[in-house]
Amino acid sequence: MNNERRRQSLGFGVLLFATILVIIPVLAIVILILTKGWGALSWQFLFTMPKEGMRAGGILPAIVGTVYLVFVSILFALPIGVMAAIYLSEYAKDNALTRTINLAIINLAGVSSVVFGLFGLSLFVIFLKFGVSIISGALTLGIMTLPVIITTTREALRSVPRSYREVSFSLGASRWQTVRHAVLPHALPGILTGAILSIGRVAGETAPILFTVAAFYLPNLPTGLSDQAMALPYHLYIITTQIPGIPETYRYGTALVLIGFVLIMNITATVIRSKTRKKK
Amino acid sequence: MKLSARRIREFVIEKLIFLSGIASIVFVALIFIFLLREGISVLKTTSLGSFLGGKFWYPISSPAKLGILPLILGSLLVTAGAVLIAVPLGIAAAFYIAEVAPKRWRTILKSCVEVLSAIPSVVLGFLGITVLVPFLKNVLHLPTGLTAFSGSLMLAFMALPTIITISEDAINAVPREYKDGALALGATHWQTLYRVIIHGALPGIIAAAMLGIGRVFGETMAVMMVTGNAAVIPHSLFEPVRTLTATIAAEMGEAAKGSSHYFALFAVGIVLFIISFAINLTADLFLNRGRKR
Repeated sequence: MNNERRRQSLGFGVLLFATILVIIPVLAIVILILTKGWGALSWQFLFTMPKEGMRAGGILPAIVGTVYLVFVSILFALPIGVMAAIYLSEYAKDNALTRTINLAIINLAGVSSVVFGLFGLSLFVIFLKFGVSIISGALTLGIMTLPVIITTTREALRSVPRSYREVSFSLGASRWQTVRHAVLPHALPGILTGAILSIGRVAGETAPILFTVAAFYLPNLPTGLSDQAMALPYHLYIITTQIPGIPETYRYGTALVLIGFVLIMNITATVIRSKTRKKK
Repeated sequence: MKLSARRIREFVIEKLIFLSGIASIVFVALIFIFLLREGISVLKTTSLGSFLGGKFWYPISSPAKLGILPLILGSLLVTAGAVLIAVPLGIAAAFYIAEVAPKRWRTILKSCVEVLSAIPSVVLGFLGITVLVPFLKNVLHLPTGLTAFSGSLMLAFMALPTIITISEDAINAVPREYKDGALALGATHWQTLYRVIIHGALPGIIAAAMLGIGRVFGETMAVMMVTGNAAVIPHSLFEPVRTLTATIAAEMGEAAKGSSHYFALFAVGIVLFIISFAINLTADLFLNRGRKR
């Protein structure tokens, strides 16, 4: 027995060690970017154009570009994703079509992000003649983020108790009325969580925008959906790999703005989720 | 009259809902069709065998040599390295979080994993170049730190959240009676873990590993930034390599539209698409098997 005890502490020790190996780098990354990037943050850094071949000045165009991309792609993906989730949770029967849809969602989630880039180039930029533009990039990102929205919304809809629907049906409501008035309002926080999570995801993606929207450097801010744009993740990529002699704080600062935006989105989503869980 | 207006509105809405429902199928089909549309033309210049099995990737020499074997091997090598690191580490961490950790710590650890999954790959690539690569170069006395091994480390890290969260779900889904039964028979918590719970959770854990592999295989930015991008057949983990994904990302910007290079890059995209399709399909089979039991 004593032997087994020892074996147990050894086993748990190994598991703990593995967990520490996972957690330490995460904390190190966040702390490193925070401490090294903090010094670069200023109004000037956030709200002015780059100068001297992007070695000085601010990153405003990259921020504006990313905001554009996030906004347009969510505007496109959120309605489709939510309606798809409503279909799967409230309408679909357990048949071959539903299984195919589920399989397609899993695949959409698993396709390499650079393949999405190729797809966006082929369909939006070339075939539909949108050119290298915000609309091409945003649609590509929107399709890529659909699985996130669909799965979180579906979870939210499924967690609404069955009895709500039954009561609504028994009052003579149609299926859509039931969905609209008895189910959707209760699933709203969950849907919001999904939307915010995908905003974070969209903001951080680089590969899908490489050939569909991203510009190395633009002297002016984009004015419409058919313009090219700079974007934060692509900006970080080029100032890290393509332009020598950029001060390190400038790079860390850009990384901090990007990671800060993504993490704030994630924390917001987590807070909303845990608040609604507590209420139930 | 009022009723029929409502009926019509509902009819339209429900049709829209149905269309959105099948949108995922449409998009997956569109991806495949539009990759094929551009990529199929590679067969005008090379045969399928010499495309997949060719040992040289010289896309801009004339005549261009478009063999993607070095890229496939590069992807496989980096993936294998990452899997060897991430799978054991991820499963162990999942067991710790699901079974051993005190309740308060569980939430904190899970949020750390969530933070990791949220960090954009380009940020990890940036840190890889500025911190990890010089570090590995000095510690391992390599001529360059831009190697397959750096890529594997990076990717292992990126696959961990997938592996941990899905394994953890599988562990939590093991029926409570199994655990109680084992404990009642006098087994220690540890014996229960590795003799009982692990069996119940195995299909889910395998699915987690597969999805982790899928994530690693398709990763682009971080791997492009730290692996050195030498399109030659790799001989060890400590040499620069180039993966399928990095090739597309790095070269598409320069490939002239309509050139054989351009078509070949789309064909590489088809290869990636088919591989990720196969991986996800298998993972899904395991997940469903786990649920049915």
